Amino acid sequence: MGSIGVTFAGWLGAMVNLDHPAHYVHWGWFQISTANLVVILLMIVVFVLALFVPFPGRRFQ
Amino acid sequence: MSVQTEKVQWSARVRESAEKNLPPSQLLPDEQPVYVHSWIYVFGALSIAAFGVVLASGLWLSLKGPTWWHTSSIGLFVNSLHLWSAELFFFFMVIHLWGKFWMAAWRGNRSMTWVTGSVAFLASIGTAFTGYLSQQNFASQWIASQGKDGLNAAGVGAFFNVLNFGQMLMWHIVLFPLVVGALIVIHVLLVRKHGVVPPYPVEGQEEFDTGPEAVVDVQGRADGEGGVS
Repeated sequence: MGSIGVTFAGWLGAMVNLDHPAHYVHWGWFQISTANLVVILLMIVVFVLALFVPFPGRRFQ
Repeated sequence: MSVQTEKVQWSARVRESAEKNLPPSQLLPDEQPVYVHSWIYVFGALSIAAFGVVLASGLWLSLKGPTWWHTSSIGLFVNSLHLWSAELFFFFMVIHLWGKFWMAAWRGNRSMTWVTGSVAFLASIGTAFTGYLSQQNFASQWIASQGKDGLNAAGVGAFFNVLNFGQMLMWHIVLFPLVVGALIVIHVLLVRKHGVVPPYPVEGQEEFDTGPEAVVDVQGRADGEGGVS
C-alpha cells in the first residue's frame, strides 16, 4: 500500500481510539457491546429506509 | 439412438428437467413483477455481491498466509477487506431475512426457497465463527478457549474441536464455503423457478392485483414503452 494509503489508514485509526476494553450496554440480565448495538440499530434504520424511500425510475401500476 | 433411449439416460433427464423448470428467459430475466420496484428487494443481490468480495479476498489471504496478512500493509488491507465484506454480507443478509420474513416469502410453494436461505444463514454463522478462529492471533485463541466449553457441553466437541486450528481452518476455507456457496446457488435457482413472492393481497381479494401492466423491465419501463419485452 502506498504512502497515501498508510496516511489514510493512520488518519482513520486516529478518529476512533480502539486501544481500550470494549464498551458495553447493560440492562439487568441483558448485556451487549456498544458496537453490536450500533450495528443492529443501523440495520433497523436501513430496513425502514428500504421500505419507504422511493426506488428510482417510474413505477407502473 | 432413439428418443426413447435418450430419456432413460440421466443426462437427458437432467436436461429435460432444466429446460422445463428453468428456461433461459426465466433463468436470466429482463423484467420483474411491478411490486419488485422497491429497495427492499435489493438486499438479496447485495448479499451475493458482498459474498463475492468475501470469496475473492479470502482466496487472496489463503494464497499469501498469516505472516503476510498480519504484517504487510497490503496484507492488513486485504485482511480488513475480508472482515468488512463479511460484516456487510451479514448486514445485507439480515435485512433481506427481515424483509422476506414480514412478507411471509414461503407462500406460493416457496418453502424450499425459505429453507435454503435460512440454512445458508446458519452455515454463514459457522463460517464466520471458524473465520475468527483462523485469524492466528490472540483474539482467535481467546475465542477458541471461550467457545470450547459451550461446544463440548453441546456434545459436538469430539468432531468439531475449536482448539484444533487445522480443523477449524479447513472448515472455514473449504467445507463451510462449499456449503454456503451451493446453498446460495440453489436458493437463487429456486427464486428464478418460483419467482419473487407477491405482497399480501388486499383484504377481500384472493391474490395480489398486479394491474394491467404487471411487469417492468430492468429500467422500470412497462412492455411496449421502449423496454425489453
